[in-house]
Order: sequence, then C-alpha cells, then structure tokens
Amino acid sequence: MPNRTQPPSATARSAPAPAEHPTGEAAPEAPDSSTVLDDLGIRRALMRIAHELVERNDDLSRLYLVAVPNGGVPLARQLAANLREVADAEVTVGILDTTLYRDDLLARGARPRLRRTEMPSVVDERVVVLVDDVANTGRTIRAAMDALMDFGRPRGVQVVALVDRGHRELPIKIDYVGKNIPTQAGDRVELLGDAGDLEGPLRVVLRPEGEGER
Amino acid sequence: MIATDLLGIEDLERSDIEQILEAAAHMQEIGDRPVKKVPTLRGRTIVNLFFEPSTRTRTSFEIAGKRLSADVVNFSTSSSSLSKAESILDTARTLDAMQPDAVVVRHRVAGVPKRIADVLDAPVINAGDGAHEHPTQALLDLLTVWQEKGRIDGLTVTIIGDIVHSRVARSNIYGFLKMGAEVRVAGPPTMLPVGVQALGVKAFTSMREALDGADVVMALRIQLERLSGSLFPSIREYAETFGISRRTLRYAKDDAIVMHPGPVNRGVELSHDLADHRPSVILDQVRNGVALRMAVLYLLAGRERVAGRTE
Repeated sequence: MPNRTQPPSATARSAPAPAEHPTGEAAPEAPDSSTVLDDLGIRRALMRIAHELVERNDDLSRLYLVAVPNGGVPLARQLAANLREVADAEVTVGILDTTLYRDDLLARGARPRLRRTEMPSVVDERVVVLVDDVANTGRTIRAAMDALMDFGRPRGVQVVALVDRGHRELPIKIDYVGKNIPTQAGDRVELLGDAGDLEGPLRVVLRPEGEGER
Repeated sequence: MIATDLLGIEDLERSDIEQILEAAAHMQEIGDRPVKKVPTLRGRTIVNLFFEPSTRTRTSFEIAGKRLSADVVNFSTSSSSLSKAESILDTARTLDAMQPDAVVVRHRVAGVPKRIADVLDAPVINAGDGAHEHPTQALLDLLTVWQEKGRIDGLTVTIIGDIVHSRVARSNIYGFLKMGAEVRVAGPPTMLPVGVQALGVKAFTSMREALDGADVVMALRIQLERLSGSLFPSIREYAETFGISRRTLRYAKDDAIVMHPGPVNRGVELSHDLADHRPSVILDQVRNGVALRMAVLYLLAGRERVAGRTE
C-alpha cells in the first residue's frame, strides 16, 4: 500500500497540529539569539557521535539506529551517513513513534497526533541506538524502550540525544550527547529546519518560558 | 478535534474525518508487530452494548480495544437482561454506574445511540442504528479508498443496492461527499430513497449509467429476508440486473475497485469470482476496520465529557 501513512490528499496538512508537535512552528524565521546550536554545530556533534559509536561498539553490523520522531529522524539518517563515511558501515535506520506509550496520554484532553513507525528489521540480538533530538525528563526514552521491547529482545540499548537539557525525572542515562544546554524547566527547546518540517539546515532553538508561545 | 461521541458521519467536519483516517493509518502498523498490542488504554474499560446480533462489527471493536490494552466487555441481547424487557435507558444507566470509558452501541432502531449518549458520561460510539448511520463502517471504507487510490477528492463512487434501508449507504454518502467525491446510488426504484438527490447524490436505475467512469463500486448486502416483500421480484432478477460481475464492471474505470461491507451473498450482490479477488478489496476493508476502530477508541475513550465540541 503506497500511501499508508500519508495524509489523505494534501488537505490533511492543513489540519491543526497539536501544540506539542515539534515542527508545528517550523515557519521560516531568521536564526536569532534563541539559536543554541546551529547547523554546523549539529553536523559536528553528529560526526563526533558517529566516532564515539564506532569506538564503543566492536560489531557495527549489530547496530540499529532507531529514531524517535519527529526530530530524531533527520539526526538518525545523518548518523547513518556518518557511520558509512567513517567506518564503511551500513547501519539500519528505523523510526519508532512513542506516542501510544506515553504515560501522560489519559491525563490530557485532546489526544496527541500519532507519528509513523517503520521498523524495517527485527531488533532481536541487535544493539539498538535510540536517537532523539532533545533529552529532558527521560519519559520519552522510557516510552521508546517499552515500545522497543514489543518488537523483540535487543542485545543492548544505547541512547543518543543531540541536546541534553537536564531535568531528568526517571533514571535514564544518555550515552551520547551532542551538547549539554542548561535550561529552566519551563523553557522550550526544539529542533527546527530552515525550510520547515525539519528540512534544510537544522538548528536548535531555546525559548524561555512564556516567550514564543502560541 | 472530534466531539465526545461518534454518532454519525453527518455530524463530522471534513477535518474530523481526516484526523481519524490519519490516526488509523498509523494504527495499521501495530497489527504487523510481533506483539500486536500497545499500552495506550491500559486500565480503561470499553463496553460493547449490542442490542442487535453482530459478529463482525463486535469482534472488530473487541480486537481494536484489546490491541490498545483496554478491557473489553460484551453485553449482547442473548447474555443480559436486555431480553428481560429492561428498558434501554435503564440498561445504559446501569452500565454507566460501572464507569466504562467508552460504550459501543448497536440497535435496530435509529437514534438509540444518541439517546444513550444523552444519559451516559462515557463517550458513545455508534456501531449501527437502524437505517440511520454506521459511522465506523463508512470511515473504514474511506480509509480503504484513500489508501487504494491515494486520494478521495474527485473520485466517483457508485453505491449499489438497497439504499433506502442501508445505514452503510447513508454514512458513506455523507462521508464521501464531505471528502469531495462524486457519489452515485443505483438499485431498483423501490430501493432508492425519495429525494436522495437533495443530498447531492445522483440516482440511477441503469447500471451502465451508474458505473460509467466509476473509480469505486460499492455493493451493499441485500437482506434476503426482505425478498419476500415487494421490493423486487427475485434474487435471480436482482443478481442479473444489479449484481456486480466482470461483465458489469466493464462500464467502470479499468482500475475501479469493488467494495462490500460483508457478509457477501455470493452470486447475488457480487459474482463468485469477484468476492475473493482483486479488484475486490473486501478483506482490506475488514483489516482496516480494526485499525480504524483503534483510532476512534484512541481519540475518544476516556475523554472527559464537556459541553459541545472540545478544543
């Protein structure tokens, strides 16, 4: 089925995106002081993380990069390209939506929009590397690990986050961090693409609590 | 954002339909997993309240609820006090006191799900009421067409059969029109509702005209028990005139798909060879039914009831 997860015609794109949709504000906007990590910084961080992955994993053929959408997807793809470049390794990339595993679903009024899951190969005996854009409370990673276990029994799970902003509420450790960014609990930290929808040059922006809210 | 209950397609906006279809498309992948279950509705209770026998729809809702980890309880006429002349609303109130998080209702009388929704705190999902609506069937049909054709807007959809008595036809007419398709209905004159054109539908008694250029050919189940009446002379005559076969399908587009809500009276609405193979997508409809109902339960179950529409 060709169109499994595409919206019906182009019209669904105009459907209102829920507030937590990370690309909901991807409208082009000049990089400003709120940018805490620019495209060059992101590319450097991902190259360094690729080297760290090679260093810490003896058998790269076991690696399986699993992106947490939406922000994790372009990052995981770039990491896979980097691993090809630095270690000549072909690493599978999957996408795992954690929405249905969230622990706050039933407390909310409206249900968040679902995102796609595409797991092209089995996880059994693989070393799964979860790739997320921003590590915060640890709840998303917890949800991703639960989801992952429904797909099989990985040999190990490691976590990449482009940005670690702290405020962990669960005992979750991030194995590979692009950049540590101190934040206040109410701040918003987002990965955005200049061309919208995480396309084009990427950047991470930080908006203090109350700013840029819509 | 869709309202608290799902009582009919007539009440929905196009954006509501799109939201449900998009969520359903994401739910499909869960059925292909080694563990076909997500924890989303863990600890939630869904009651299937069926005043009219139904195996397919009830099972589909039951599997949908279980794949979301809800506890699903079936109340049906044969296994409850419904046969003891307890009033429908008393039954609903009794159920409500057990604090379900969603109630799925089927009844042979139109409007009963609405009456029940008025007294219940839990969201009510209409699983078919009389000749009124069967919204989840229409939504799964829309999902199937969207994925087969890549769009719904601009398609020509022909619905054939007993349009007057069909809640499936009614919900599909609303659904396909809202999504921008051209809708035609065809059948013996006694089975075409008076004034159906007022909805924006074209009515035909000639299959050749009805199917000309159709992208989607949807046959409805003929209720054989109605045959004793005067709606049409015989099964054979109906099958010859309005049955879908490779011969009548020639009038439709080359890539037209054939749909049926099931169960099929083989050799009546559909010829034997069409019931099982492409271009018929009947089993895709069934598969999509589970994902679609998961989407509806995800969006509605456990939502707090508020006046009017939410968000």
